[in-house]
Amino acid sequence: MELICPAGTPAAFREAIEAGADAIYCGFRDETNARNFPGLNFSREELRQSTALARHRGVQTFVALNTFMRAGDEALWYSAADDAVTIGADALIIADFGLMAYVAERYPEQRLHVSVQASASNPDAIRFLVEAFGAKRVVLPRILTVQDIARLTRQIDCEVEVFAFGGLCVMAEGRCSLSSYATGKSPNMNGVCSPASHVRYREEGGALVSELGAYTINRFGPGEASGYPTLCKGRFDVGGMEGYAFEDPVSLDVIDEIDALKAAGVCALKIEGRQRGKAYVAEVVSSLKKALLASPTERTALVSRLRAMSEGQRTTSGAYDKRWR
Amino acid sequence: METKRAALSLGPIYYLWDGPKWRDFYFRIADEADIDHVTLGETVCSKRQHFSEPHIADVIERLEAAGKQVTLSTLAMVTLERESRHVRDLIRDSDQRVEANDLSALGLLKGRPHSIGPLVNVYNAATARVLAARGADVICLPPELPAVSIRQMLQAMPDFAFELFAFGRMPLAISARCAHARSKGLTKDNCQFICGEDPDGLPLRTLDRQSFLVLNGVQTMSNTCVVLLNDLAALTEAGLTRVRLSPQDCDMVRVAALYRATLDGRIEGEEALRELEKAYSGIGFSNGFLHQQEGAAWVARARSATTADG
Repeated sequence: MELICPAGTPAAFREAIEAGADAIYCGFRDETNARNFPGLNFSREELRQSTALARHRGVQTFVALNTFMRAGDEALWYSAADDAVTIGADALIIADFGLMAYVAERYPEQRLHVSVQASASNPDAIRFLVEAFGAKRVVLPRILTVQDIARLTRQIDCEVEVFAFGGLCVMAEGRCSLSSYATGKSPNMNGVCSPASHVRYREEGGALVSELGAYTINRFGPGEASGYPTLCKGRFDVGGMEGYAFEDPVSLDVIDEIDALKAAGVCALKIEGRQRGKAYVAEVVSSLKKALLASPTERTALVSRLRAMSEGQRTTSGAYDKRWR
Repeated sequence: METKRAALSLGPIYYLWDGPKWRDFYFRIADEADIDHVTLGETVCSKRQHFSEPHIADVIERLEAAGKQVTLSTLAMVTLERESRHVRDLIRDSDQRVEANDLSALGLLKGRPHSIGPLVNVYNAATARVLAARGADVICLPPELPAVSIRQMLQAMPDFAFELFAFGRMPLAISARCAHARSKGLTKDNCQFICGEDPDGLPLRTLDRQSFLVLNGVQTMSNTCVVLLNDLAALTEAGLTRVRLSPQDCDMVRVAALYRATLDGRIEGEEALRELEKAYSGIGFSNGFLHQQEGAAWVARARSATTADG
């Protein structure tokens, strides 16, 4: 299986090459990609240099153009696609049907990968994307079990990539407007979720309260480890009971499922984290690369170090395990 | 451009209502509501289908006899073989038109006239054109879309039927995990249809007791009810031809009458709002998405008229 690694900066990109990435995904410094954070992403020139370096080292470059085009401003997305093709991206990762059609029509030779944001979760959906846009690979939404994936891959003529490590969307990706409901900024339209510009922390009687927009997302007592107020990982009150209504502050880790995912027909494992620093990328990529090559028994020791780097130091196998539902 | 009379459309019930309540709701819509199009069928969770299934044929017959055009909704999230089969069977066997709410339905409906529901991501005319070329002739736009985008699309495709999600709690997210079941100590696979206890959603409040969201099975919805009464005139003038009301556990016949009267210019905006507050009491209204603000926001009229025009 290929290891698909994140890079939010040219420095992280170089680290990922050194650490053994098979492919690196990244985006331009604007709202055409779903990690549109300040200080992150690539200029055209940076992408050109990074892609050339990767090619020289036998590593592929995937360019994420995975937000939905704002009506009237489609030119921004079209020119990003034009430039990524010209620069020589090995694949474009796309969510918007209009943009897929543009790329399929204008650049029929260009490899098109379907972003997780498109939410293609079943054989008929994937056949549609293959037939309509010539999609070569689909990144599956994190709503399927390993068994679901195995059944799916047998029925389609398209490569399948899944998320293996890093941040975890609790909701079906590309189908969540919770962030914009609270802040006006959404993953689909602005490439951000629970944006830092709308986060506030305040002290209240010894407790630390985190807010997103006008809403309290969590309250941490003295001595309790605090975290970033990602909306779906907040603590809320449902029917008088307080708790993590959607998901605890955990991150995804399916290293224990590597062999099952391979047997299920998955061709590539994706690491989340374009917003992470280069040290994180280097550590995660090299550990996962070793884990992929190791036997299952050796693997356990290799990943214990990795687990310490996870958000909140707690991990989940998410929807890949049926019990998560 | 001459303004056509905009049609009123009723979206599918997103909540789990028991069979008789579900049937009686539609019987009353058939008999009393000034609504042109009705889209129905379980959309949120395939586990719930057996509640409405025994009544679907009777409901369709009654609605069609009353002159309503009936459309069948497909599931929003299809992951199981059983769910795939259900979508395929529905599309193959139904005499009614079908509304696609996920990508599998989009593929299967190619070449025949169909509708696109608000849970499919259509953010621009380029995407709408791709879907139209495959046979879509009505698209209900996602609630998240701002008026500037809607106006762009109306302008780019003046002869196409776009529908505005103009009343109801907004569907904001869907998950493989059932937060509703979990909140009552259950799991999705052994849920005991517990979401049926909350026919208008289960409120989720912040730790500071702010109203925020409601849980509806695997779906998360806004606590506020989107109300776009004040924006209808400007958008229909710009070419909008269909207005969707999403069923809530309230007097939807009254809601439809107020929207119809507003579209026809028979009632003034502020009065319609006051009447609507009586029809769906105790619920906050929102229109923030349309006005490029947080979705939960309410933008008052003076400002609202300007934004909808701009």
